[in-house]
Amino acid sequence: MTATTQEAAGATGATGANLRQQVLVLYLASSALDASVVGWSTYDGTGRTHPTMGDSDEPPYATGVDALKDGWRLFQAAQLLPPATGQEYDVSFLKHEFFFEKLVDIDATD
Amino acid sequence: MSTLVDRKNLLTSVEMAHFVAHGTFRLDGVVPDELNDEAIGVFDAGIPHLPYGVTVDEAFPPGSFVRRLIELPAVAGAIQSLVGPNPRIDHHAVHIREPHNGSAQNMHADAIIDTRTDAFDMQLMYYPREVTLEQGGTLSVPGSHLRRINESDIGRYQNLRGQTRLTCPAGTVVFLHHGIWHGGRRNDSDIRRYMFKIRFNPTVRQLRLWNTDDIDDPAVVKELNTRFPWYENATGRLEQVNRAKLWRALTGNEAADLGYYLTRPTIRPQTIATGATDARLGGAGHYQGLRD
Repeated sequence: MTATTQEAAGATGATGANLRQQVLVLYLASSALDASVVGWSTYDGTGRTHPTMGDSDEPPYATGVDALKDGWRLFQAAQLLPPATGQEYDVSFLKHEFFFEKLVDIDATD
Repeated sequence: MSTLVDRKNLLTSVEMAHFVAHGTFRLDGVVPDELNDEAIGVFDAGIPHLPYGVTVDEAFPPGSFVRRLIELPAVAGAIQSLVGPNPRIDHHAVHIREPHNGSAQNMHADAIIDTRTDAFDMQLMYYPREVTLEQGGTLSVPGSHLRRINESDIGRYQNLRGQTRLTCPAGTVVFLHHGIWHGGRRNDSDIRRYMFKIRFNPTVRQLRLWNTDDIDDPAVVKELNTRFPWYENATGRLEQVNRAKLWRALTGNEAADLGYYLTRPTIRPQTIATGATDARLGGAGHYQGLRD
């Protein structure tokens, strides 16, 4: 997913109409962005790849910062919310969720 | 299934601890080839749906294919160890994944969010044919069964470190806690994939239903302390708390604990130390707060 990606419209001269969003969701071992990746999902707005549940056993990056180093741009991080009273020991969704994006020029050649 | 299973076919305490930690227990190739071969025709023909909560006799009469499957000694032993004698049949389903089936299921847990902490349903998954990675066997997430989520609300999660992408020989049976996160993966092969699922409800308290002869084996605690790669650092400790609670329910041992996590918050002594004698500090009065 990374080799043909162009970073932004300004870098390529592409217009917004040519840009598509690729989304990477990383779940980290703590709220620190340099913590280890424990889960991951990808969604490809270019339609060139079709990621799906259970398609890989190996995370794309070791940490959240490693994704930044590869050009992914963070656009959302999970809030830190205190547990509700009486539910301090309950476990549920993964807590440390980070959304990244790349904008891809779909008219660019490899 | 009114007769009790021979004790030698029940799960051991170590195996039960494995189930409590993982939420799964599997018996590879436990079903003989002749039953596996028969299964294909039975599943292609379909198995009639039933009302929820019928008895095993009502659902699967003696001599029927499914009855012979669940009366295999090792299978019957696992069923009785997990949900006890005379369980009810919640429901059953044949799942067939066609070759080059285009999409995987979203990750999910079955039914709806389940608030039980002292009981659980067990789901049996039976694979009559070998399952390869390419065939897209069921993905399950070990240790996810105690997380409180509602069905496909976790559909956003595609992959978790340490997930199990099932591959298995023909005749494999997997037993799952009802809360386990799972999903059918995409079948990228040329071969049809079959899976038959039965959900069992207990009719007795799930207390010491397995062979407890090895209850003091150190491997029990080792199993209970299993940490999975997808656990967050802090929440992984809460998993131990919830596991210990389940182990207390299953063993009746109210002192069972992991990491001292359940015990420590109960340490709230009420005895007043002999040196705490200054009565002035116990009187009424208002202390000056911060001034603006």
